[in-house]
Amino acid sequence: MRAVAAAAGLVLTLLLVAAVHPAWAVDAATLSDPVLQARYEGLIHELRCVQCENNSLADSDAPIAADVRRQIRGMLAAGKSDRQIKDYLVSRYSEFILFRPEYSWRNAWLWGLPLVLLLIGAIVAVRIVRQRAALVNEDDADVDALNS
Amino acid sequence: MKPRFLIPLGVFAALVVVLIVGLKDSRTVGVLQSPLVGHRIPDWSLPLLNDPNRSLSAQQLRGQWYVLNFWGTWCYACRAEHPVLLAAQRDARVQIIGVDWKDENSDALSWLAQLGNPYAQVVTDKAGDTAINLGVAAAPESFLVNPEGVIVYKEPGVITAQSWKREFLARLPPQSTVPAAAGSGS
Amino acid sequence: MLPELGHFALVLAMMLAALQGFFGIAGPALGRERWMAATTSAVAGQFVMVATAVGILVYAFVNFDFSVLYVAENSNSALPLMYRIAALWGAHEGSLLLWIFLLAVWTLAVAIVIRRLPEPFAARVLGVLGVLSFGFLLFTLATSDPFKRLIPAAADGRDLNPLLQDPGLAMHPPVLYTGYVGLAVAFAFACAAMLEGRMDPLWARWTRPWTTAAWAFLTCGITLGSWWSYYTLGWGGYWEWDPVENASFMPWLVATALIHSLAVTEKRGLFKSWTLLLAILGFSLSLLGTFLVRSGVLVSVHSFAADPTRGRFILGFLGLVIGGALTLYAWRAPLLKSNAGFDLLSRESFLLFNNILLVVAAATVLGGTLAPLIGDTMGQTSLSVGAPYFRPTFLLAIVPLLLLLSLGIHANWKRGRLEAAAKPLLVTLVVAVVLGAAAVFGFFGGHHALAITGFGIGGWIILSSLVDPIDRARRHISLSRAVLGMTVAHIGLGVAVIALTGVESYTSERDIALAPGGSAEVGGYDFKLLGTRALEGPNYSATQATVVVSREGRVITTLYPQVRDFWVQQQSRKVAGIYNLHGTDLFIALGDDLGAGRWSLRAQIRPLITLLWLGPLFMALGGALALSDRRYRLARADARAPVPGTAHGEAH
Repeated sequence: MRAVAAAAGLVLTLLLVAAVHPAWAVDAATLSDPVLQARYEGLIHELRCVQCENNSLADSDAPIAADVRRQIRGMLAAGKSDRQIKDYLVSRYSEFILFRPEYSWRNAWLWGLPLVLLLIGAIVAVRIVRQRAALVNEDDADVDALNS
Repeated sequence: MKPRFLIPLGVFAALVVVLIVGLKDSRTVGVLQSPLVGHRIPDWSLPLLNDPNRSLSAQQLRGQWYVLNFWGTWCYACRAEHPVLLAAQRDARVQIIGVDWKDENSDALSWLAQLGNPYAQVVTDKAGDTAINLGVAAAPESFLVNPEGVIVYKEPGVITAQSWKREFLARLPPQSTVPAAAGSGS
Repeated sequence: MLPELGHFALVLAMMLAALQGFFGIAGPALGRERWMAATTSAVAGQFVMVATAVGILVYAFVNFDFSVLYVAENSNSALPLMYRIAALWGAHEGSLLLWIFLLAVWTLAVAIVIRRLPEPFAARVLGVLGVLSFGFLLFTLATSDPFKRLIPAAADGRDLNPLLQDPGLAMHPPVLYTGYVGLAVAFAFACAAMLEGRMDPLWARWTRPWTTAAWAFLTCGITLGSWWSYYTLGWGGYWEWDPVENASFMPWLVATALIHSLAVTEKRGLFKSWTLLLAILGFSLSLLGTFLVRSGVLVSVHSFAADPTRGRFILGFLGLVIGGALTLYAWRAPLLKSNAGFDLLSRESFLLFNNILLVVAAATVLGGTLAPLIGDTMGQTSLSVGAPYFRPTFLLAIVPLLLLLSLGIHANWKRGRLEAAAKPLLVTLVVAVVLGAAAVFGFFGGHHALAITGFGIGGWIILSSLVDPIDRARRHISLSRAVLGMTVAHIGLGVAVIALTGVESYTSERDIALAPGGSAEVGGYDFKLLGTRALEGPNYSATQATVVVSREGRVITTLYPQVRDFWVQQQSRKVAGIYNLHGTDLFIALGDDLGAGRWSLRAQIRPLITLLWLGPLFMALGGALALSDRRYRLARADARAPVPGTAHGEAH
C-alpha cells in the first residue's frame, strides 16, 4: 500500500517532467537586425513557457520553449508585428501564455485594482488626518519628551 | 459593533470564497483550456514515419473521425498511456493517428515494434512547428476531430481508460467504426 | 521502533498543545489561577515532545532509514550528510514539522520572557499559540505524517530534489520559517488583548521586540531565497514574482507596517485598532502562504506536490483562525479609542501614510497572485499574471512611500515642524540627485531618467537618515539603540533601492555559443571558453566548463560553471560560475551541448548586485539593534515601567 502510494507520487512527479528532454538549451540564437532583436527580447520575457511552472520563454530550458522562440524569430523576420505574434500564440494557447494580462475591458478589474486600492488608501488617509488634526490640543507636554 | 470594523471580516470571507472555488477547480490548474476546441483544426501536413517521402494531411482525413495523438519515445507518461491506446485500437471505434513529436525516426520505429502500434498511421513532427500550431504544450496530448475537421475535444494529458470512455467514445456517433481504407500498421 | 516513537511524540505534543490552548484561554476567562499556571508547563512539555520528534526524524535521515516513507522519498544512500539533515525540510511533511518545531521554539521563548507580565495576559498569549500549535499538529497527524512507514522498506531512496542539494537549502527555509512563524507571536499578543477587552498601556512595548525579531528573520529569509535562486537556477534571476515568493513577501510588507504602527501605539497610544488589525493580517498572510504552497491552487516553481485534501484542511484552519480573530476584532476594536491629535505633517501622519501604502502594496501583490483564481470565479479561465504586471503595480504604491520616508523621519511627533528640517532635506535631496546623475553620466551611461531617479531616491533616503545621527554626534548626545537601529535599517533600504536601480537598469545579459577557444563579449567583458571536462560528485555526474573572463586584454578570473546530472532522479541542476568584481557580479551558466565541443552559455554582468544582498542585511541588522534597546530589557525587569510619553527622552 505504501509502495503504491510512493509509486503514485513518483508517477505524479514524472508526469510533471513528462516532456523534458535530457538536454538543456540556453538559446544563443539571435536576430541580425538589432531592432528586431530588441523586440524579440521583449517578447520572450513577456510570454510564458507553456510547459514550465512559472518561467518566461527567455528563462526556460524546455524544448518547446526553444521551438516557440524559433517561431517568434521567424515571425519577426517575416515582418509580423508584436500584436500579431501575440495574437497567434494566444489563439493556440489561450491568454495563459501572456505574463502581462491584456489591456482589455475583461481585465479592467485586474489593472484597475491597484488604482482603486490606492484611491481607497488616500480617502482613508485624508479622513483620519482631518479627524486627528481637529483633536490637536495646544499643550505639547505629551510629546516634548518624544521630540527632544 | 460599528459597521466599519466588520469590513476586514467581510473581505476575508470573500477571499475564502475565491479560495474554495480555486480548490474545487485545482485539477485544471496549469492545464491549458485550449481555445481551438470547437473550431476547425488548423491545417496540418506531416511526413509519414515509415515513408518520409509521402505525407498525410488534415485535408486527406476530411470525412472521417480521427484522434490525433502527440507522443515521443522520450516521454515517460506516453508509456503509461500506451496500453489504453492499444485497447482503443482493438475496439476499432475510431482511428488514432500518431504524431511522433521531436523524435528520431529509428527510435520511434523500434519503440512501436517493442510496445505495439496502436496507430492507424504515424506521422512525424521533427521541428515542432505543427505542435505549436495546434497549441500542444507537452506530451502526450490528443485531439478528437470530427469529419468536418472540427476539434470536438482535446485531452491535455494522459488518456486513461475512464477518460477514453467519458470524453472520446461519448462524443463519437453510436455505430462509428474505423474506416476500412485506413489500414493498420505504418 | 523509533519512527513510531516519533509519531507518538507528535500525538503527545498535540494533546499538550490542546491543553495549552485550553488552560491559556479558559483559565483567565474563568479566573482559575492553577489553570493559568499550568499553561507554561504545557508549553514546556509540547516543546520537549516536538523536539524529540524532530530529533528522531533527523536520526532516521542520517542513518538512511528507508523504512520511513518520507526519508525514502527525499534521501538516498549517496546523499551527503549536510543534505540528509537539510532534507528534513525538503518536502511537505518535513517542512510542516519544521513549522511546528519553530512555533514551539518561539512559544517557549515567549513563555520564558513574559513571566514578568500580568499572568492573565501572559496565559492568553500562550493559549492562542497553543491553539495554533494544535491546529498544525492535527493537520500533520491527519494528512502529512512524516513518520509513515514504507513496508517493505525501499532498497534505496528517491534522493532529494537536485535543485535543493545546495548550501542555500540548508539556510533558506529555517530562517524564512522562523520569520513566518514568528508573526504568530504578534498575532497572539493581539488576540490576548482582544480577549481581555482592553489594551494595556504597555501592550505595544511588550509586542514590539517580538515583531521586530520576526520581521528581521523574514527579511533575511527572503533575501537568502532570492540569493539562492540567483546562483542556482541558471538564468541569474533573483525575483520572479512567483506565487510562493509573493507568499513570503506579503507578510513582510505587512510586518513592516506593523512595526511602524506599534511605534505610534507605544509612543502616543494611537492607531491601536490599526495595530491589532495589522498583527492579525500579518500572520493571516503567513497562513495563506502556507495554504498556497501546499494546496495545488496556483502554478508555481516552488510549490510542494499538489494535494487538494491538504488544501481543504488548511483552508478550513485558516478560515477558523483568521475568521475568529477578525470577529474578535470587530467586537473589541471599537472599544479602543484615543483622543490624541496630530497635525497634517506630523510623524504620526507620515507613519499613517507609510502603513497605508504598505498595505496597498501587499493587497496589490495579493490581487495579482490570486488573479487566476479570481478570474476563474468570473469565468476567465486562462488568466495569467507575471512580472510585467507586478512591477508597475507594485512600484505605484512603493515609490510614494520611498519619497515620503525622508520627510517622515524628520517630522516631529504631533506637530510636524518640517520647516525646521527644510534645509537639510533640500540639501540631501540635491546632493543625492547630483551624485546619482554623476554615477549615471560618468560611469554607467544610458537609461538616464529612471536610473537617476532610482539612485536619487535611494541616495536621499541614506543621506537624510544620517542627518539626525550626525547632528547628535556633533552635539555629543548619545544615540539610543532604537534610533541607531532605525537609522541602520533605513540606510539598508536606501542601499537596496540603489542596488535594484543598478541591477535593473544596467544588467547586460546574452546567451552565447562557443567552441573551445572561442570567446564572446558581453557587457564589456570577454568570456572565453577553454573547454569542458567531465567529473563525478557524490551522487551526480557533472560537466564542468572552464571560462576565462577578461577585460581589455587583462584576465580577471577563471570560472567553472557546471551542469550536474543527478543519478537517482535523473534531473539536472546548474551551478553558475560567479565572480564579484567591486560589487558587480560576472555571471556565467552552462547551457546546452551543441556538439563537437561547442556549448551554449548564458553570461550576465550584474552591477551593484552585492548591494542587493547587503541592503536587506543592513535592514535586518537595524531591526536587531532596535530590539536590543534598553527600554525593552527594563520593561522585562519591571512590568510596571512608566507610561508612554514621559521620561526616557528618546526621539524615536
